[in-house]
Amino acid sequence: MITEPVISLVNAVLFILLAPLAGGLIAGIDRKVTARMQGRVGPPVLQPFYDVGKLFEKENMVVTVTQHFYVLSYLVFMIVAGALFFSGGDMLLVIFAFTLSHIFLVLGAYASYSPYSHIGAERELIQIIAYEPMIIFTAVGMYMVTQSFNVSAIVNSGIPIILYLPGVFIGYLIVLTIKLRKSPFDLSTSHHAHQEIVKGVTTDFSGSNLGKIEIAHWYEYVFLLGVVYLFFGFSPVIAVAAIIIAYFLEILIDNTISRVKWQLTLRSAWLIAGTLGIVNLGVLYYLKGVIMP
Amino acid sequence: MTYLKKSPWVIHYDASSCNGCDIEVLAALTPVYDVERFGIINTGNPKHADIFLVTGSVNEQNKEVVKNIYEQIPEPKVVVAIGICAASGGIFRECYNVLGGVDKVIPVDVFVPGCAARPESIIDGVVTALGILETKRLAMKEKGNETMDKSGSAV
Repeated sequence: MITEPVISLVNAVLFILLAPLAGGLIAGIDRKVTARMQGRVGPPVLQPFYDVGKLFEKENMVVTVTQHFYVLSYLVFMIVAGALFFSGGDMLLVIFAFTLSHIFLVLGAYASYSPYSHIGAERELIQIIAYEPMIIFTAVGMYMVTQSFNVSAIVNSGIPIILYLPGVFIGYLIVLTIKLRKSPFDLSTSHHAHQEIVKGVTTDFSGSNLGKIEIAHWYEYVFLLGVVYLFFGFSPVIAVAAIIIAYFLEILIDNTISRVKWQLTLRSAWLIAGTLGIVNLGVLYYLKGVIMP
Repeated sequence: MTYLKKSPWVIHYDASSCNGCDIEVLAALTPVYDVERFGIINTGNPKHADIFLVTGSVNEQNKEVVKNIYEQIPEPKVVVAIGICAASGGIFRECYNVLGGVDKVIPVDVFVPGCAARPESIIDGVVTALGILETKRLAMKEKGNETMDKSGSAV
């Protein structure tokens, strides 16, 4: 008989092994779709793997040795956050590890002496401040619906969470734009504007360190889309469809809306969290006896 | 297994020319030529770049800039000099402040002729540079193994 801890462990190991493959493929499809939207042929779907493979072949130019530690910590804590999530762990702990990993990226960017790197680090911090409330509201909303912070309990509850948390879901999609580094909120680093100040946070990383940041980003993709799955946990088919539609919308928004300033990013992210998030949670709280099972 | 040839990231710098070659480099990135289908990305950061595209002749003002960018690119790296100005100084050759081609300041691997160089020939030059990039990578790897052996025997 297979016990629950064993399943959790297997899930965590599967995440660690398969998430980079899935994340890299998502990134590749993203680039292809983006190119088609811009009227270009676009790179091969496996291009992100070629890029990272190349980065590990290059010389690793190090500005300060502490960079190694910070980049490795970013990668490790991103894996920890994702592994905790997929093993069905505590949502709050997952968010804690997730935020911590980004703090390491910010510290890594601050460790160098380049002003571009520092601007990137500051902007990354602003982005963390912008999206964090909405991510917390997502976890709290799921707790209010399922009475549990445990991811396994949330998935197995069988409750169509999306029906109780439509506001939180839309809010989550909007902060997902920040997290996936998509326009209009790609302030600290972007997939497109390679010559601009928004290359910021990765300015002083090269070679294998840049490769590790890219791999951490792949893990992040899978984790963030996993949270989308939670909203539709009652039906895996609808959940996968929702993930695909949500990601396609992100690419569409990325290609049709220009970048905004950091003030507007912060304001709009907090406004969304403050209205959609809090109103949704407030309604749930006051109508607990009426609409909850 | 080599990934370097499949993902060459370029950085371009206009030393001092009429800007014609520079515009042709950017033309290669547009939907018509779309070099991203070969995995080529135009970075603005020498630390992320593999191929250094220089257009225009080098002068006293910017020779340090060219050197600086070159030194910040991690190994293995190649330099492609685009246009006749970058090859020899072109029509600016006799100017009092012009040093001549890019090879006066940094080692150049590929020269792309033309005034202005056409996007097709620029892409051709970059593809030629990929072959050189690969030989440099192998040389670097061998050198790395040698130093490793040396340090191993010392221990």
